[in-house]
Amino acid sequence: MIELQQVTKSFNGQKVLDGLDGTVAAGECLVVMGPSGSGKSVLLRHIIGLLRPDSGKVLVEGKSVPDLSPEELRALRRDMGYLFQSGALINWMNAHENVALPLRETTDLGEDEIRSRVQRVLALVQLEQAAEKFPSELSGGMQKRVGLARALVTEPRIILYDEPEAGLDPEMSANINRAIRQLKEELRMTSVVVTHSINCALTVGDRLAVLEHGRFLVEGTPQEVLDSDMPRVQQFLGAKRD
Amino acid sequence: MNPFTRTGAGLLRPAMAKAGYGVWLATATLGRLPHLRRRFRALLDYTYLAGVRTTPVVLMVGFFVGMIVSLQVGIELARFGQQESIGLLVAVTMAREMAPFVTCIILAASVASSMAAELGTMKVQDEVTALEVLSVDVVSFLVLPRVLALTLAAPLLTLFADVVGILGGGVIAVTQLHLDFSGYLHNAREALKTTGELIPLPEDLYVGLLKSTVFGFTIAVVGCAAGLQTSGGARGVGETTRAAVRTSIILIIIFNFFLGKALHS
Ligand SMILES: Nc1ncnc2c1ncn2[C@@H]1O[C@H](COP(=O)(O)OP(=O)(O)OP(=O)(O)O)[C@@H](O)[C@H]1O
Ligand SMILES: [Mg+2]
Repeated sequence: MIELQQVTKSFNGQKVLDGLDGTVAAGECLVVMGPSGSGKSVLLRHIIGLLRPDSGKVLVEGKSVPDLSPEELRALRRDMGYLFQSGALINWMNAHENVALPLRETTDLGEDEIRSRVQRVLALVQLEQAAEKFPSELSGGMQKRVGLARALVTEPRIILYDEPEAGLDPEMSANINRAIRQLKEELRMTSVVVTHSINCALTVGDRLAVLEHGRFLVEGTPQEVLDSDMPRVQQFLGAKRD
Repeated sequence: MNPFTRTGAGLLRPAMAKAGYGVWLATATLGRLPHLRRRFRALLDYTYLAGVRTTPVVLMVGFFVGMIVSLQVGIELARFGQQESIGLLVAVTMAREMAPFVTCIILAASVASSMAAELGTMKVQDEVTALEVLSVDVVSFLVLPRVLALTLAAPLLTLFADVVGILGGGVIAVTQLHLDFSGYLHNAREALKTTGELIPLPEDLYVGLLKSTVFGFTIAVVGCAAGLQTSGGARGVGETTRAAVRTSIILIIIFNFFLGKALHS
């Protein structure tokens, strides 16, 4: 369960989030769309405690994220996964080691168990063959998928995806979208997906919100939002539907 | 606030914040020492990188510094007909001052900069943030092995510099001061035999090694702290690297004075 209440955040006097309200129920998937630079990544960074709001509340599982001590935050993050927009792989570790990293560092699992878990998530993103490759030897889309595998390997209860299908070919995007939905259904993960793709929103989203001027313009089921007659929403999403 | 105070405060506040972070990082690193077993592989890797890769430079520079000291002091001594004690002076000067100083300046220029650049790049590419999000302890994972590696490598390299420096001094003693080499070496060895009161080791030697241990630790902490505080893309990494070298050299010189004073018996 994620709750955002009146969240406000400015950078150098520029308001990025402006009294944003929103909730994501347990097991639900909220898709966030919005123009580039509207603050979608900033929103995700608030939820995982990388940024603190100037005012307002960010609650995850009932805990106020900005008020947690470093240890409490670390404990909370063990239940959370985050897919970075850029992948953010550790450059001197190969794909397998990158995915194994959170297991090696934060659990007591044995090497065999770790290897089999890593292979399972790498298979999920169809990268079994690239396990030995280093980030510099992977394409942008492949790095993104390794990042996804790394976010999933701990089987978090809450997962935040920053443009999971950006930079992937249509077939791979469809596969990733299917994987995200499957994870949500099988593991009952609570998720927030930032995306620019209507296809992705329709496949994975229980609800869709459009972020602009620091708050959600509309919120509803993806179909409701697509059918909404708000001119701004039509203008933004209509351009994407073609 | 008048313009002077404002400028001063504007310059000092970030500097104070950085110094504060450095001190925090140094303490945090020492607090992670129990994690050493898990970081052993990384420790070996970084010791290799910091130590073995800088050895050739340290050997060469150490040799020349030994020659410089021998030449300068030898000429003066010869005026008083005292050139026999050149071995003693070279050995003591190298062990106590020149070897740790020169070695650590080299380490500051090569290792502090590379640590700052590496961690700085990781920082601006969100890799450090990713570690935070994955609940990985950044100090234990990134900083501890680097700091420890340099803390171990610095005295070791200093010892190498001691040896080649004394040899370099010997070359000058033989060619310029017309002494014989075995006499020179004997003189040098005798000089280093004086043991300290506290530790039963040659005093001049361990003072130098102790200093370089402190310098090695300082250089690595400065390099890592600078790297982890980088912001602003590639230009930020460049600025960070420069600041790391500058700060660590200044600190080495200041610490050298105070340690030298404190360890003087
Ligand atoms: N750390 C920061 N410091 C200063 N400004 C920032 C910072 N992070 C984000 N911003 C600003 O906040 C705004 C929103 O950025 P954000 O990355 O959230 O956009 P976005 O909606 O994710 O865009 P995109 O779809 O292109 O990824 C931008 O104007 C950006 O310049
Ligand atoms: Mg973004």
